[in-house]
Amino acid sequence: MSIENVKTVDMPEVVVVDQVSKSFTIRKDNSLKERVVTLGKRGRVHEERFEALKGVSFAIRAGSSIGLMGSNGSGKSTLLKLIGGIIDPSEGRIMRRGRLAALLELGAGFHPDLTGRDNIYLNAAILGMSKEETDERFDSIVAFSEISEFIDTQVKFYSSGMYVRLAFSVAIHTDPDILLVDEVLAVGDEVFQRKCMDKIRQFQREGRTIILVSHSPEQVAEVCDVAVVLSHGKVAFSGSVGEATKVHREILEGRRREVRAEEDAAEDGTIQTVTPAPAKVTAVRVLDASDSVVDLIEPGDSVTVELDVEFEASVGEWNSSISIETPQGHQVFGTGTRRMKTVHRPSPVGTSTIRYKIGSLPLAGGQYFINCEIADAWDTPWSVLFQGTMFFVPSEFRQSGMVHAIASVSQN
Amino acid sequence: MTDIARARFERLSRESLVQTGGGGTSFLGTWSSFRAVFSHRELLALLVRRDIKARYKDSALGLLWTLINPIVQLCVYYLVMGEILGAARGLPDFAIYVFSGLTIYALYSETLSASTGSIVANSGLVKKVYVPREIFPLASVGSALFTSGVQMVVLVVACFVLGAPPLGWEIVYAIPSILLVVLFAGSFGILLSALNVYLRDVQYLTQIVLMLSLWAAPIVYGWNMVNDVMTRYNLPAWVLEVYTNNPLTLAVLGFHRAFWTAGSPADYPPQMAMRMAIATLAGILLLWVCQRVFARLQGNFAQEL
Repeated sequence: MSIENVKTVDMPEVVVVDQVSKSFTIRKDNSLKERVVTLGKRGRVHEERFEALKGVSFAIRAGSSIGLMGSNGSGKSTLLKLIGGIIDPSEGRIMRRGRLAALLELGAGFHPDLTGRDNIYLNAAILGMSKEETDERFDSIVAFSEISEFIDTQVKFYSSGMYVRLAFSVAIHTDPDILLVDEVLAVGDEVFQRKCMDKIRQFQREGRTIILVSHSPEQVAEVCDVAVVLSHGKVAFSGSVGEATKVHREILEGRRREVRAEEDAAEDGTIQTVTPAPAKVTAVRVLDASDSVVDLIEPGDSVTVELDVEFEASVGEWNSSISIETPQGHQVFGTGTRRMKTVHRPSPVGTSTIRYKIGSLPLAGGQYFINCEIADAWDTPWSVLFQGTMFFVPSEFRQSGMVHAIASVSQN
Repeated sequence: MTDIARARFERLSRESLVQTGGGGTSFLGTWSSFRAVFSHRELLALLVRRDIKARYKDSALGLLWTLINPIVQLCVYYLVMGEILGAARGLPDFAIYVFSGLTIYALYSETLSASTGSIVANSGLVKKVYVPREIFPLASVGSALFTSGVQMVVLVVACFVLGAPPLGWEIVYAIPSILLVVLFAGSFGILLSALNVYLRDVQYLTQIVLMLSLWAAPIVYGWNMVNDVMTRYNLPAWVLEVYTNNPLTLAVLGFHRAFWTAGSPADYPPQMAMRMAIATLAGILLLWVCQRVFARLQGNFAQEL
């Protein structure tokens, strides 16, 4: 299962993952006494085998930027550690060439009692640089990290931002052919994050290989050109980022529904009645322009959100609101009767249907959830339905982010 | 594609693919592990310096603490064992005798206890970056050698002050003694550092073993005293041989021979040089075995830590 898209004639393979499996034995007894007590047959009870990766194979060509995607526990971090040589595979082998630097956890090699200067030399040596190379790049490392005033201070007095900047600066100055990145780009302030991204872009231009592990399809799409999606320790997909994010979302959706189903069983329904109320939301649906229920919407489509509200008693005037959010819980859109400066008419006992029509919903690719709430005339909530339904917007390679826009580029 | 990128691809295509991970688990893996450690010698030196620098950072006396501990120990043994319990009667220049034994014992004890805990102490690094993991126990050996070096200087100074300068040819016995201790404590340190990852009990067990070894070697008593006891109780000759050929005993005897000028041939077993040579060969074999076990165990360090 090699990635066909990456193969270009003059790019050598830098990483070859060949039928790699990794299993762990999880022991529940960790002291000598417990082991002696549970020695022999009974000891097996305290062992549990966990297969993190099963027969994974793929190859990475030099100069490509590849994303490893997958839900929690899919084995992507294990795979990254295997590529980095931090753990050995149980079966199969991993071949590699060129210098490798890992941004797995920045500053892992720092010693708090040593000065920034000493730590630069130490960390550079850990990442495989010789003293001469470090001497040569020392000024550049300090300049990039922007902490020249504190270079002779013990790093335990550094702020976390300074610490990370220094560590990142050392890591990128090791001149790696392969850079392993494990969700660390989320650290630091915005300026620093931009600096990281700029550096990664520069690395890509210089033909370095970047292997990025991330939960966030947006980040993978931003950095990588190809991706491997892992699911339960196996390669579910390998190929272009656009396709990969789609596969990843489908897997996530499957998981999401499973989790939801479990929660439903546990809590006996996700409908939370906030106060003993005369009404509750029983269902929410997404409809397309032709009024059929859908879960896939093209960017910019007209969309109708329909709520079924059940009244146990007749009520006076009342309010409702809806919001659309990402799986991370960021609201991308929200409205309601109060925002529209209107109110629902008094309702008798029975069911009533509310329709919110959105003329055009310019959302970019991703998964979105709909929340809705009903409340009395003074906006005291009656019933809230969290993540009542969900829909997808297919992602396009030409853009990232959450807003869909038609952009073009030109040069004078 | 930029020129830098093209040059990089060309360079990479000339390199051969190398399998990741430790030096393999084959019998000949020791050689590749050795080469990997050798190629990281600068890191090893930096780690040793880090250990030394960081240990007494922010303490007013700093490196002096390296000396205070053995000097207090010396005083206790000299007073209690030598003068009160009377061990000094059979041993002239008892202070030098005890201090030379304690110095080599300190090297042994510090090497073993520091290297046993070294992988766990460096877990942050072991989990995040690949370097040959033997580096960590070896760095502990390095810093132990440094502190013992300081103590040896004090020992030599003390010998001069007490009017018994070690100027004979026998001073060369110090070299095989140090070699023996480094080989055996280092080998066991490598082995135990790996076992300690899986079973933390090992580091506590090591402390007990260290306490026992202090009394199992002729440090605060004389070798001829053991000899006398054994003849008095008519123990078979091999018991004395086992006692004598314990590498730590040999190293302590070697140190006595080097620094304790008041000793007579009756204070030492016959054929010391031969015994030490055989022990050194056994030590090299042990190092190989321990390194092999270490190589097998290290593949899962990152998981177990």
